[in-house]
Amino acid sequence: MAQGWLQVAVFIGVAIALTPPLGKYMARVFTGQRVFLSSILGPVERFTYRALRVDPSEEQDWKTYAKSLVLFSVFSWIALYLILRTQGIHPFNPEGFHSGPWDVSFNTASSFVSNTNWQYYGGETTLTYFSQMAGLTTENFVTPAVGICVLLAFIRGIIGRSGSGLGNFWQDLTRSLYYVLLPLSVIVGLILVSQGVVQTLSGASIAKTVEGAEQALAMGPVASQVAIKQLGTNGGGFFNVNSAHPFENANALTNFVELLSIILIPAALTYTYGKMVGRQREGWSIFAAMLAIYLAFVIVIIPAEQHGTPAEHAAGSPTKAIAGSTGGNMEGKEQRNGIAESALWGTTTTVTSNGSVNSALDSYTGLGGAVPMSGLGTSEVVFGGVGTGLYSMLLYVLLAVFIGGLMVGRTPEYLGKKIQAREIKLVSLGILVTPLAVLATTGLAVATGAGLRSIYQAGPQGFSESLYAYLSQANNNGSAFAGYTGFLQPNAPGNHGAYGISFADLLGGATMTLARFLPIVLVLAVAGSLAGKKVSPAGPGTMRTDTPTFVILLVGVIVLVGALTFFPALLLGPVVQSLTTRLF
Amino acid sequence: MRRTAITSILAVVAFTSIFGLAYPLAMTGISQVAFPGKAGGSKLTVNGKLVGSSLIGQEFKGRGYFHPRPSQTGYSANVTYFSNSGPNSVEEREAVRENLAAYVVLNKPYDKSLTKADVPVDAITMSGSGVDPEISEANAKIQAHRIAAVRHLSLSKVEDLIAAHTDGRFLGVFGEPGVNILQLNLALDEEAPLSANRGFK
Repeated sequence: MAQGWLQVAVFIGVAIALTPPLGKYMARVFTGQRVFLSSILGPVERFTYRALRVDPSEEQDWKTYAKSLVLFSVFSWIALYLILRTQGIHPFNPEGFHSGPWDVSFNTASSFVSNTNWQYYGGETTLTYFSQMAGLTTENFVTPAVGICVLLAFIRGIIGRSGSGLGNFWQDLTRSLYYVLLPLSVIVGLILVSQGVVQTLSGASIAKTVEGAEQALAMGPVASQVAIKQLGTNGGGFFNVNSAHPFENANALTNFVELLSIILIPAALTYTYGKMVGRQREGWSIFAAMLAIYLAFVIVIIPAEQHGTPAEHAAGSPTKAIAGSTGGNMEGKEQRNGIAESALWGTTTTVTSNGSVNSALDSYTGLGGAVPMSGLGTSEVVFGGVGTGLYSMLLYVLLAVFIGGLMVGRTPEYLGKKIQAREIKLVSLGILVTPLAVLATTGLAVATGAGLRSIYQAGPQGFSESLYAYLSQANNNGSAFAGYTGFLQPNAPGNHGAYGISFADLLGGATMTLARFLPIVLVLAVAGSLAGKKVSPAGPGTMRTDTPTFVILLVGVIVLVGALTFFPALLLGPVVQSLTTRLF
Repeated sequence: MRRTAITSILAVVAFTSIFGLAYPLAMTGISQVAFPGKAGGSKLTVNGKLVGSSLIGQEFKGRGYFHPRPSQTGYSANVTYFSNSGPNSVEEREAVRENLAAYVVLNKPYDKSLTKADVPVDAITMSGSGVDPEISEANAKIQAHRIAAVRHLSLSKVEDLIAAHTDGRFLGVFGEPGVNILQLNLALDEEAPLSANRGFK
């Protein structure tokens, strides 16, 4: 296991080392300063504004900003739904797929427009290359950019000296796309192709195997999508088995690059934040709180997976490490990834809002499976989604400032702005929308016959699958205990005879949409409320937010809110399973 | 409102054209020129015929070939799904038990000291993708006894071939070493072809 810890240590070291340079670069981009790409992208950017008929210098107040964001997302949803419904007439459709069931399309459109990328469909068996590219890859780009927009608006609310302007949505969107997401995707995509991740428009090749069987090798424009799937904390795989598929994640190098891509931008944004508020320590203290929770999860999950499962032990496998084999629970894991890289990915993908997987979470041990669920239960503020993670974290920061202020009897202030009743009401709502959505939908799904149809495994694992499904969708994550289904495809590949489980598809779709956009509007409202406030100079009565004490308080608040909300539900699923060796 | 709606529609069209079409198509073009083999699926051909991909595992049942990991999909490379076998599942216990027994039955005649405790976990569990191209070094080492006997090769020769088809860790740190089954079996066929008896039972 020492090798496993070394992998974790080096990985985190690289992530920390890349945070300042990328963070600094993004701060320059978002404050309108020149960067090395400006000479190439500047003209394209200006042309875009003309084509979209917007004036990028026009400051928007929170309502205008929110209106632009919501309308853009509504039209994105419509476009994606139409693309998914018209597969029969698509170009780039070598397998000749027609459209799938409408309820699955509803779920998929909601899923990709909300940056969730939950997948009831299987990519290689249901979607045309045109849907994958024009439909899904597009949303893989624009939804993290929307996340960055909300974050930038929030930061401007905090640092605003006067007035109500939060910046311009169209400018923030365009800059995030052109200067951050596109160049990084090109780099990551080409690295992936150089290692064997496929990138082609040809259909499946039929091989005759050495022993004479037929094997159809499904391919597609994979690397271009996987790059932004990882970088944009999207997570929706080109193939049904996501980054466990060798054509999506070919070797240890691609695994490292894809894993790093999950955390790269969310981590660097904390530095960008410090830069933009003019106090680098504020960014680092948030980073520290994130890292602390992340490490706690990693320390639990690796030994849990190394231990093996009750089923494997009952079958007579010792699951111990021996020479030439790591041992552990290898059900659903790839040999080239092994235990450590699988478990590290399982943690990273769920504390952020990525949701891609390189192993089957449904086959994790009870305790190992509890970690991804707890990662989701922290509402993805541990690095979190691109933009989303940090603005959600800032809600917790405001809450911690408020609670800390109450405890020591000081006026709650954050970076000179008084936190008052209106902000705290909005913050509380913003924090509670997602957990409430999770518990209500899970309750509905396990209490109704229509909900139970989606479950695959017997016993507590069946409950875990349901809880996980709604945790993941409400948090806009997209990873799954994948036995849970909303789509049946008797004649795969192709959509002939396929049908959806409407209850799961529609409830999930509605949950993802609501849990994405309601908090966004609330966050923008908080930003609008903060923007108009005077900045009061820090005095002896100000509680500092860049100290280890505050980091501990912040972690405490996050853990407390998460634990109080989800502990009873976790007891019924993964906790039961990790306490028993009984089989079901 | 109307102005924002028009801008939104224009933005959807513009960004779909750039990120949904121009970007993936340009990446495809660059990849096909710069990395034609890798971008096209790392295909392996024997005598001009496509036998598979070096990245995608395939089924081997003959005794003269190294066997890959158990697969929930029968090594389908166009319909992939997880086994989704849970940690406390009776089906999982049965599957692992059967795989373990079958592995010992197959290999013990050639490796007398083999016991259940020696069987590495990758040999008896299903992979994530169902097309895992690799097995662990321990798994290959056990099967080497069988291959050497069936193909009339020395054990050290087989072990050399294993070493030649083992992928190490990235930078010596990341991932786990694995032995590529298809490439190894193709190398075996070149080294010591199974003539009349193709190794099937």
